[in-house]
Amino acid sequence: MELFLPESGLVIWMLIGFLIVFFILAKVGWPMIMGAVEQRNAHISESLLAAEEANNALAGIEQKRQETMAAAQAEQIKIMKESQDLKTQLIEEAKIQARKEAEKIVTDARLKIEKEQAEAMAQIKNEVIALSVDIAEKLLQRELSDKQSQTDYIEQLLKNNTTRIEA
Amino acid sequence: MNHVLKHIVVFLFLALMAFAPTQSMAQDAEQPKKEKFDAKSFIFGHTGDSYCFHITEIKGEPVCVWLPVIVKCKDGGSWHCFSSKHICELKEGETFNHNGANFYIAPISADKYPGKLVEVKADGSLSRPFDISFTKNAFGIFLVCIFLLAFFLPAARKYKKDPMAQPTKYQGLVEWLTYTVLDGIIRPNVPEKQVKRFAPYLLTVFFFIFFANLFGLIPFFPFGANVTGNLSITLVLALLTYFFVNVFGNKHYWKDILWPDVPVFLKAIPLMPIIELISTITKPFALMVRLFANILAGHIVIMVLMALIFIIGGMYGAGMGGVMSIVSIFMSVFMTALELLVAYIQAYVFTILSSLFIGMAQHEPEHE
Repeated sequence: MELFLPESGLVIWMLIGFLIVFFILAKVGWPMIMGAVEQRNAHISESLLAAEEANNALAGIEQKRQETMAAAQAEQIKIMKESQDLKTQLIEEAKIQARKEAEKIVTDARLKIEKEQAEAMAQIKNEVIALSVDIAEKLLQRELSDKQSQTDYIEQLLKNNTTRIEA
Repeated sequence: MNHVLKHIVVFLFLALMAFAPTQSMAQDAEQPKKEKFDAKSFIFGHTGDSYCFHITEIKGEPVCVWLPVIVKCKDGGSWHCFSSKHICELKEGETFNHNGANFYIAPISADKYPGKLVEVKADGSLSRPFDISFTKNAFGIFLVCIFLLAFFLPAARKYKKDPMAQPTKYQGLVEWLTYTVLDGIIRPNVPEKQVKRFAPYLLTVFFFIFFANLFGLIPFFPFGANVTGNLSITLVLALLTYFFVNVFGNKHYWKDILWPDVPVFLKAIPLMPIIELISTITKPFALMVRLFANILAGHIVIMVLMALIFIIGGMYGAGMGGVMSIVSIFMSVFMTALELLVAYIQAYVFTILSSLFIGMAQHEPEHE
């Protein structure tokens, strides 16, 4: 039965020993261990979060770079196309200009030719008039009795004049 | 091949067993009986407390660590402090006189105060003095205490010096042990806000019980004191749990005890408050007895298996004792392995129930 009765001496030693250990560990043992582990846990989760954020940021930068690259390429293509267009347009315009110029030259030439023709005609008319007057003057100066000889004469005159014109 | 060998061994044992009794009987007839093996004092001498720490015997002389005896005699007697060497080496019937008081240790078979130090008064009556001797179990307690401090404080100091440093392997071990208890036992039972408040006690209790159990299983000096298999020690642990449950219990907890939600006639008598108050005592009482009984039972079983060798040997002779020793050793290896498991389980159970009771006393009712 002694086994089932607590011993006062042992109870006292147990209280002393256990409470000393409890107070020492409660003061400078467990809080340090738990505090440090929790602090480290917090630090690790913070770091993980920060790393993830950095990763995301990096991914954003990469995407932005790609976007910029794509935009630059598109711009390049656009500029090239524009220049191509401009070139064609310029050539087109130049052609039109040239055609216009050519037309103008042709027109001018025609006008000049027509003018010269008209001038030549006018000169010819004047010549014919002068010739006719000349012929008439000569006819008048001759006394024309004979109808046949008159006609012959006119024809001779005409012939002379014609060769003159033709010459 | 192994199988055949096993059969041969078993056969040899059986053959030995057949011859053993006749041999011993012949011996018994020739020789006068040697001193009889006292199984009771053997078992309870090893599982109980003792004034000296018996290590071994060399040539019949005991090798002991003599621990101090500190007693105060009853009825206004004086304090006495002396080495247990004087009283442990007494022959039967002798007493040790210290400053006018006579002491001896009552034998384990005695009716009164077995195994305890008693004072023999002048008229021959026995009286048990107030005894705060630093016994084998007290030694065991302080061994565990020193071990706990030596194991956990260096880690704590390292953490304090640089909490963010990469932990060493030793710190990893401390962390693992601490957080096994903290996350596995305390956190599920104690409200999160109160964990910081109660964790130091619960952690200390767990590791005290756990290492005391383990040290109790190591059969040589300075270990082997049956610390947690002693009622005085589990009593203190249970009282501390009782203290932490009830002193820190919140208003709601006390309201449930003193004015529970039952019909008024049940609490006006006051039947229910008395039952509830008793239940606060039975919980730590169960803790106390459970730990004590489990550890003591394990130690007793191992000691009985050891004692069986000598009992059988005494009854049927050395041959049979030899056979029994093989059986006993196998059995006690098994038991010791089982006790390793029990060492953890009992520490776990004590801590989980303590945290459960503490957690229940901290429980806040949900507001409707």
